[in-house]
Formats: sequence, C-alpha cells, structure tokens
Amino acid sequence: MKVWKYGDNINTDMLFPGKYTYTCSTAEEIKPHLLEDLDPSFSKNVVKGDIIFAGKNFGCGSSREQPVVGLKAVGIKVVVAESFARIFYRSAINQGLILIECPDAVKTYSEGDDINLDVDNGKIVVGGKTFSFPKLPKEILAIRDAGGLIEYTRSKLKEKR
Amino acid sequence: MFFRLFDIDLKNVIHFLFLRSATPINGVVDGGLIIVGDIVNMAMTFAEKLLAAYSGNKNVIPSQIVTVHPDHLLTHDNTAAIIQKIKNELEEYGVYSKSLSIIVLDHVIPAASEKTASNHKNIRSFVKSHNIKNFFDVGVGVCHQVVVEKGLALPGKLLLGSDSHTCSYGAIGAFSSGIDRTEAASLMLTGETWLKVPKSIKMTFSGKLQQGVFAKDVILHAIGDISASGANYCSVEFHGDVEQFSIDDRFTIANMGVEMGAKNTTFPVDKVTKDYLNSIGISDGAYAAVYPDKDATYMRELDYDLSEIIPMVACPHTVDNVKPVSEIEGLEIQQCLIGTCTNGRLSDLQIAADILKGKKVNPNVRLLILPASKKIYEEALKLGIIETLVKSGGILLPPGCGPCLGAHQGVLAPGERCLSTANRNFKGRMGCKDAEIYLASPATVAVSAIHGKVTDPMGEMKK
Repeated sequence: MKVWKYGDNINTDMLFPGKYTYTCSTAEEIKPHLLEDLDPSFSKNVVKGDIIFAGKNFGCGSSREQPVVGLKAVGIKVVVAESFARIFYRSAINQGLILIECPDAVKTYSEGDDINLDVDNGKIVVGGKTFSFPKLPKEILAIRDAGGLIEYTRSKLKEKR
Repeated sequence: MFFRLFDIDLKNVIHFLFLRSATPINGVVDGGLIIVGDIVNMAMTFAEKLLAAYSGNKNVIPSQIVTVHPDHLLTHDNTAAIIQKIKNELEEYGVYSKSLSIIVLDHVIPAASEKTASNHKNIRSFVKSHNIKNFFDVGVGVCHQVVVEKGLALPGKLLLGSDSHTCSYGAIGAFSSGIDRTEAASLMLTGETWLKVPKSIKMTFSGKLQQGVFAKDVILHAIGDISASGANYCSVEFHGDVEQFSIDDRFTIANMGVEMGAKNTTFPVDKVTKDYLNSIGISDGAYAAVYPDKDATYMRELDYDLSEIIPMVACPHTVDNVKPVSEIEGLEIQQCLIGTCTNGRLSDLQIAADILKGKKVNPNVRLLILPASKKIYEEALKLGIIETLVKSGGILLPPGCGPCLGAHQGVLAPGERCLSTANRNFKGRMGCKDAEIYLASPATVAVSAIHGKVTDPMGEMKK
C-alpha cells in the first residue's frame, strides 16, 4: 500500500485533463490519463488499496466525474483531505468512493506512517494517532453502500414497480 | 417537525435554533435526529426558503438533508455518456418527464472528431425517441446562456445541471447548482435527488464602479479575497447597490460563484431582472421570486466598496491568485479570448468593439471571439460589433465552449500565455500543461490584444 500526497486546490483538470472529457468515458479509457498533468507517475504505479492524502479543496473545478470514476477503478481505498469541493464530494458518494474530510489527519501524516481505517466508526489512525471524522447520514450511506447511485436508483425503480 | 443532521455539532444546532426562533423549542436529541416543537416565523436565507418550499417543509436549517424535484435538469455534450450509463433503464422505464431535461450541444461544437460527432448523433437520437422538449443543437449557444435566453431559468425555480457553472442562474434569482453525470442520469429516471441545505454567505456591495472596471473585476476581487474554497458548500447571496449591474453583469458574477466553491449564488429579483424577463416575453406573473428574510442568519458577511475596486487579473494556476492588472502590466501574451459562459454576452462584445474600433490586434496575438449564443451573434451583427471586431483582426468562432476547456479550437503551445475572459486558469485547462492562462475582463483583454502585452484598461479608456 502506498500513500500519495498532494497539496491544496487539486482541481479536476489536474486529476483528469479537460481535453479528454468527451473522448474518454469508461474506466479503461480514463485510467492512463489520471493525474496526467499533476503526477505522471501516478497512473503507472498506483495499485489497489493505495491511499491519497491531500490539502484543501480537493476536486475543485469541473463537474466531470472521470476523476472519481478513475480513482475508484484503480482501487484507491480512500482519499483523505483537509476539505473537498462539493461536486466532487457528491460524485464520490455516487461512485462509492470513500472520502474523509479530516484536516488533522492530513497535517499529522508524514511519509512512512502506518494508516488504519475504520470507516463505519468514523476513525482513522495515522502514525499511531487516532482521529475522528463525521459519519455520513444513513440516507447518503445507503447510496454508497448500494455500490453507487446508479445501482441505488435501479433498486428504487424496481421497488416502485 | 424534525431535522436530519450530519457533520454539525448538535450544541450549535440547538443554539442556532434558539437564535432564530421567537418561540421556545422543546428539543429531543435522538441518534442524530433532533425533534423540535413548532417553529414559527423562523427567518430564512434565500437557499433555506427555496429548499423548504421544494421539499415540502415549513422550515429547513443548514446541513439538513432534503429530497427535491428540480424544475429542470441541464446536460450538454455529456448527455451521450449519461444515457449510455442507463441504456437498459431508459428502455424499460423511459424518462421521468420529457420536460425535465434541457439538452444543449455546446462543449465540442462543431464536432472535433468522429467520437464527438457520434456523441452528438446519439444525443439527437435519444432526444427524438424520448420526445425531449428542450433540445438545442449545435450553434444555438453555450448552455447557460441558452437556458436563460429561452426563459427556462426563472426567479424562485430550482435547476440542477451536470456542469459546474450551472450556478449562473442566480443572476435572475433561481437556485441552481452543479452535479455530476451519474446524478444527472439518476434524475432523468426518477426526477428527484437529495440536497444538503447550505449555510449562507452575504456579500454586500456599496458605491459605484470606476470607469474601466467591470463585473468581472468585482468577482475576481471577491474570489481573491475569500479564496477558491472560501464559499465551499455555501449559498452566496449578493446584496446592496446591485441595481447598477445589468443581467449580463450579474451573469458574470453568479457564474464564477463555483470558483469560490459555492453551491449556488443569487441576486435579488428587482426591476433589472423583471425588465430583462419582460424583454424575452416573460411576464411578472409567470414566476414567484424568493427573497431572503431581513433577519436571516448568515455564516459570514462581507462588504465590498465597488469604488475601490480596480481592474484585476487571476494569474496561473488558480482562480484566487488574483492581482491588480497593473502589477503584471507588460507581460507578453500570444492569445486572447473573449467569450464563454462568463463573458460572451452582447455587452462584453460591445465593450471590446468600442476599444478595438479603428485599431488593430497586435500581430503577435491571436484574438479569439466567441459570442455566447446565436441570438447574441445576430444582435452583434446588426449593431456592427462583429464587423468592428473582425476588421481589427479578431477571429470569430461559433457560439460554444471550445477553447475554454482545451477540447479543441485555440489550444495553446508550451510556453504560451493566454489572456482570457473565461472562468478557469487551471494548469492544462486550455489543452497544454506548459502554457499559462490569465483571467480578466473583456476590456482588459481587448486593450491587451492591441498592445500584445497585459495592459491596464483604466488609463487606456480615459484617453
């Protein structure tokens, strides 16, 4: 497991360049371009279970969902940031990608620290120190737990039948 | 009544409710659910009032989760990817409503490749087979401009769109916000989604703008002040001496709300709004404007003296890296752009034409001009604005988004600088990570295009 560490205002163009927005939609098309202009080593070396730590306003900018779809597809376990931009935050719920807003955990982290995560109980342990983060309300967790919004909507439509 | 809460301290909530209510509250806290007695006369912000009405509640409070049915859902070229996600469901269940969707082809127009052409073709076929009422094909304009021009965003209405600049309709007193493609897909099928009631920020303007200073400078100044994340998750209300701002000006300001992280932005509905709506054939009785209560509670209140604002520029690579134009004056530029959903309106083109009349664009600069819609294009033709711009050396592009997102048209080369009226200057935004984008008003861009370097319009416009 590797931790990828980035700074403030990592925008959607850095996460997935706008020039590919209307030509790449599937996870396989998205993957090679993830973080292309920010960190070209990311898409080559990322493996399932890796974690991202970032500063303020992660995911700001466009409403494009390729960054979230891509991060989920390459197996990013969680993104821990000081704060997230709102469309990105909603998009992560919709794709079932786990985001944790916890400034203290981000500030504490230094390279090589062990990370332990207990999403259900809202706890993250960074280098032996435990931090709490607010849990999502159950209506929202229901979307994430269904595997994402499309699956959630599918089951709701079936229920209505 | 009850409120569902998350990510806020319950003690704050109870304090908050006391602050707002004239009547005592009997609160029972039960596992994240707070049950309170009837609250009468609770003062609400614009967002609270509107979301209360749309969720069937008498009152709502910040952080409460509500279920809403928006009046419209905007999608654009991304409709192709959206309908692909729910292909089977669309066949089985159909769309929730043929009048919910507004679809505008604008992002990569005319198509730049076989792939984007096929996207457009698939969208046209979807529109036809599901009888989508509001479809605007290539050439009608940039989606946000089209939504307003066609009278689809009205005061007091709720619109969501899979485009981050959907917040633009705050210019005419609607609540509008950006969502992702997946949520747009779900909305197409069900017509409903959840929203968290935002906290609100009040920005109050006073005084008059100086000559050479425009709405773009005002919003750049505010973003520089509050930062790119300063309004995250919040509703931003504009108050004070706003009657001096035309609908075009308000559009520029509301449009860039997302660049400070805002969920939505809004201007009060006044004579300017009503006159504009009347001009596109919408009578005062066709909508019910929502106004915030005078004693509503704001998370933050900011005051700006407009007479103190000077021409501003957002420098690479964040929109809040804002400096006075005079600080970077003389910086050489290779491309200029006037257009986009931020500044492609008639008054923007008029300002540029007034500056460029009888002058020539510097031979080292390419000046790209994109009217925000066909309607604006036609009006600009009639007024001789297009002739002036073309004679001065401007290059006219169709009404679309093209260069702003680096998809096609006006992509930059490594080492080049572009001075643009768009809303984002992110690294790589215009198709090249080794280029630089600076954001400014149409006046700053037009004056700079003549000189081939960044130039403060204040001195120039007084000449």
